[in-house]
Amino acid sequence: MEEQIAKNLAGMGLFHLTAGNLIMWAVAFVLFYLAIKKQIEPLLLIPIGFGVFIANFPLTGLLGEHGLFEMFYKYGISNELIPPLIFLGLGAMTDFGPVLANPKTFLLGAAAQLGVYGAFFGALLLGFTLPEAGAIGIIGGADGPTSIFLSNALAPHLLGAVAVAAYSYMALVPIIIPPVAKALTTKQERSIVMTQLRMVSKGEKIVFPLLACIIIISLVPKSAPLISMFMLGNLFMECGVVERLTDVSRNALMNIVTILLGLGVGSRMTAATFLRLDTIGVFTIGIVAFIIACAGGVLMAKLMNVFSKQKINPLIGAAGVSAVPMAARVVHMMGAKENPQNYLLMHAMGPNVAGVIGTAVCAGALISALT
Amino acid sequence: MEVSTPMPGTVLSIDVSEGQKVKANDEVATIEAMKMEVKIYAPKEGVIKEIKVGAGDNLNVNDVVMNIE
Repeated sequence: MEEQIAKNLAGMGLFHLTAGNLIMWAVAFVLFYLAIKKQIEPLLLIPIGFGVFIANFPLTGLLGEHGLFEMFYKYGISNELIPPLIFLGLGAMTDFGPVLANPKTFLLGAAAQLGVYGAFFGALLLGFTLPEAGAIGIIGGADGPTSIFLSNALAPHLLGAVAVAAYSYMALVPIIIPPVAKALTTKQERSIVMTQLRMVSKGEKIVFPLLACIIIISLVPKSAPLISMFMLGNLFMECGVVERLTDVSRNALMNIVTILLGLGVGSRMTAATFLRLDTIGVFTIGIVAFIIACAGGVLMAKLMNVFSKQKINPLIGAAGVSAVPMAARVVHMMGAKENPQNYLLMHAMGPNVAGVIGTAVCAGALISALT
Repeated sequence: MEVSTPMPGTVLSIDVSEGQKVKANDEVATIEAMKMEVKIYAPKEGVIKEIKVGAGDNLNVNDVVMNIE
């Protein structure tokens, strides 16, 4: 009888909760707070936070071989299915018009990838292994799905920390960009008014995704999963004859996979995997990566101004850190502060979307170099 | 003189009425582009002559919002 009671009690999760579990619950509640009260990336932070919360209950078996959350992870993230599906949806929402109207902005998006490499070397210095450093470095690209895609390929044990660092810093873009961009520019440079972008024809917009595939995938084959789906989504949108596919890509499908992605990522953050010194390292290097990325874009813009007659406002370089479209909005507001009649939003969208492509290419290059 | 939109977007509000006097850099309209509110300012001092668009209208770059005389 006593044995039976003891056995029943032992079967209750309550008695197996560790201090670590409770700390992870606190992490989950912080994510809920940010999502609900501060409206920071709620679509992601709610599922991720809930995944963290539930994954830190003992004895649930959710992370066991056939556990529910384990399956979300195994069949959605570990086999690299979901991030490319998210890219399909992003492609169906991305207007490449501003990049096509001013292709120079590609260089700004590329320069911002300096953050990835800066963080990569920083991580190596801190004693992370090569693949781990690659996974941490990609935080500097400020792109959630790409970060998840790459960290899963290179260092799955860091996935939770990398994903949460990437999304948190993306949410902090309005706080990170202004001081960096301001320190590197003069008032005069920030006041540069850029000429209106030319109209981009429908034909150009249809040809672009195909051309981008030819160039990018043949140069960096490992970027194919992300780039191909991104460009397919974009082709859906721009060709104008598959309205239904465009709609499902950017709405229903995107929403479904976002839930699975969030739970899968959140469930990786158990006390044992997250409460480690490594996590602090990931977050520290992550912010440095963001700052370097932002600086890289701005400095590239200033360099281009030395050689080019048509001056660009160096602030738009800061939008090269991806984080679409938040970074572009921040840049716009900084420009408007110096001169209310300076409308940088569309100009900043160029480096902004170029940054997304740049980060995906970087991820592909890191995979082929490090695996 | 024409006041035109600097970027594509949807008109959220027209913040002046016809016949109203404005100074240079007064806010005359608000448009929404990429989920962001963007103010349109008067390019010079004058009187609002004719307002050509209303809240909810979709605008392209360089569409005329109103005239100022």
